[in-house]
Amino acid sequence: MTVTNDITASEASGSPEVSALPAKGQGVRKVPTSWTPWWVGYLQAAPMALVFLLFFILPLAATFVVSFWNYTEYSIEPAFVTTNYSDVFYGCFSGGSALCTTFATYLSTLKFVAIVWLLTLQIGFTVAYFLCFHVKTLPMQIALFMVCTIPFWTSNVIRMISWIPLLGRYGLVNETLQGLGLIDAPLEWLLYSDFAVALALVHLYTLFMVVPIFNSMMRIDKALIEAAYDAGASSWQTLTNIVIPLVKPGIVIGSIFVVTIVTGDYLTIGIMGGQQIASVGKVIQTQINFLQFPIAAANAIVLLAVVLLTIWGMLRLVDIRKEL
Amino acid sequence: MAVKTVPREEKRPRSFYLLALFFALFVIFLYGPVVTILTLSFQGPSGGLTFPMNGVSFYWLERLWGGGGSVDIGSAFRRSLALGLTVMVLTVVISVLAGLAFRKKFRGSTALFYVAVASLIVPSIVVSLGIALEFRILDEILRPYLAAVGLTSPRGNSLGLFTSGLGSHLSWTLPFGLLIMFAVFNRLDKSYEEAARDLGATNWQSFRYVILPMIAPFLIGIALFGFTLSWDEIARSSQTMGSTNTLPLELAALTTTVTTPEIYALGTSVTAVSFTVIFGTLAAFLLLQRRRQRHAPKAG
Repeated sequence: MTVTNDITASEASGSPEVSALPAKGQGVRKVPTSWTPWWVGYLQAAPMALVFLLFFILPLAATFVVSFWNYTEYSIEPAFVTTNYSDVFYGCFSGGSALCTTFATYLSTLKFVAIVWLLTLQIGFTVAYFLCFHVKTLPMQIALFMVCTIPFWTSNVIRMISWIPLLGRYGLVNETLQGLGLIDAPLEWLLYSDFAVALALVHLYTLFMVVPIFNSMMRIDKALIEAAYDAGASSWQTLTNIVIPLVKPGIVIGSIFVVTIVTGDYLTIGIMGGQQIASVGKVIQTQINFLQFPIAAANAIVLLAVVLLTIWGMLRLVDIRKEL
Repeated sequence: MAVKTVPREEKRPRSFYLLALFFALFVIFLYGPVVTILTLSFQGPSGGLTFPMNGVSFYWLERLWGGGGSVDIGSAFRRSLALGLTVMVLTVVISVLAGLAFRKKFRGSTALFYVAVASLIVPSIVVSLGIALEFRILDEILRPYLAAVGLTSPRGNSLGLFTSGLGSHLSWTLPFGLLIMFAVFNRLDKSYEEAARDLGATNWQSFRYVILPMIAPFLIGIALFGFTLSWDEIARSSQTMGSTNTLPLELAALTTTVTTPEIYALGTSVTAVSFTVIFGTLAAFLLLQRRRQRHAPKAG
């Protein structure tokens, strides 16, 4: 970041007219204008604020409140009990050697987060690097970028079920491997397994890494790369000393997306895991189906806390607003 | 920035071919599976869920759309289409308004921005549950009053496609809309509005004749996000649609029950709508972009 700024600054100071203009412009802008009444901005922001209030803030507040309510088999009733939380963490702090259900579920989710994050980061970075530094013309870059983006606008469920004819017991992969004589019996772990879940998650969400990393890379002044070459840096040194530090914000933003999506996922783990693999989202959904809203709410609040803590940790590394 | 870099070497380095191969494999990875279900939806009447193809036919597509099959998707299809279009229009309008607001300073702007980002990354199942709870609680509170004035909801609660369902989708599409507006307005100099003002334009004129033509192509982008995100949305819809179902919800339910290529036929139909919308909007984007460049060669 600082390197780029230095260069722009030195360029600007080279031509006095250019550097004089912004200062003049800023002077003009300090004069308060009567052109736009002060309340116009509030009016313009109001619809969005209202939607988020009604369909995001209040729902989260409702969840928080209900997580302290009581429930019976037939109804939920206002109360202030902490039993829902103690149910969520039942057996977690008793000191037993076996992991409690909640911790085991989070651990299983954490495993997917780690695998998917690592793979999407590797693939996303490589794809973005190719698009940015090896594709020469802008129209071609945009075209190839669109090729990567289009699947994002199609249905996730369809993209999941499209693995079935490939990975199933009598699917293309097994048939091919058997035809080649590499295996005798169909591989059972291809579909409805941890492997299938990780594969589908990478398939669905690599784009969330490609876009922010590509965005950061496109902002790198190509002259910096040239300068590195001129100074005798190898490709590897350029990559690790110039490119990676400059795309760090993109990496962090992409990581936030991937990590939070995978943490809260229940559909992919449900469908690709054959409804056999546990996830926090699936636990919540099951409890909702049994109309056990308060304990579902307690689980949701815990999940929310976990996700927010993760983001908070990652956001300390980067300021999103500068990146748009 | 100012100096265009001169290509250092005529020959492409070897790493180019390696990376190009990687990219090609990535594209195959992205599209390959979808191609297989597009192919399998034309499976012959006696064909199964996997290869080989037992002949080629429109049997499963006809069965799906003729209503003779195990799936009735006509009404879900129409519901999703109506909801998607509504979400699209609202997303564009609300995002542009908010984008304009963020061009000026207003109190709470930082908070609104962070709420929007939070709405994007809070797990959808949490938001979905929250909206469902909120509506149930509101119903409980309001029911006595509504009953007193003779208004009672026949369905027992106000959860529905165009109440909680619409809201849940907007909570998902608006952050994308706002982020795109940020990206657009960050690159749009404020002096355009000032110039318009100096020339005597009113607020509305400066928006209508100066700002809008410049941002129009990107509004199409927001519309694309608005529709496709709603059309495919499932996690936030799961608890908020009340007694109705949208198309993706039907589809997800069918994954466990349907064991014929009919589900691929459905997948192909849904994808066909997505592709029509995507390529339609991309064409419109290019058209607008070209027109914009013709009319204002120096804009942007």
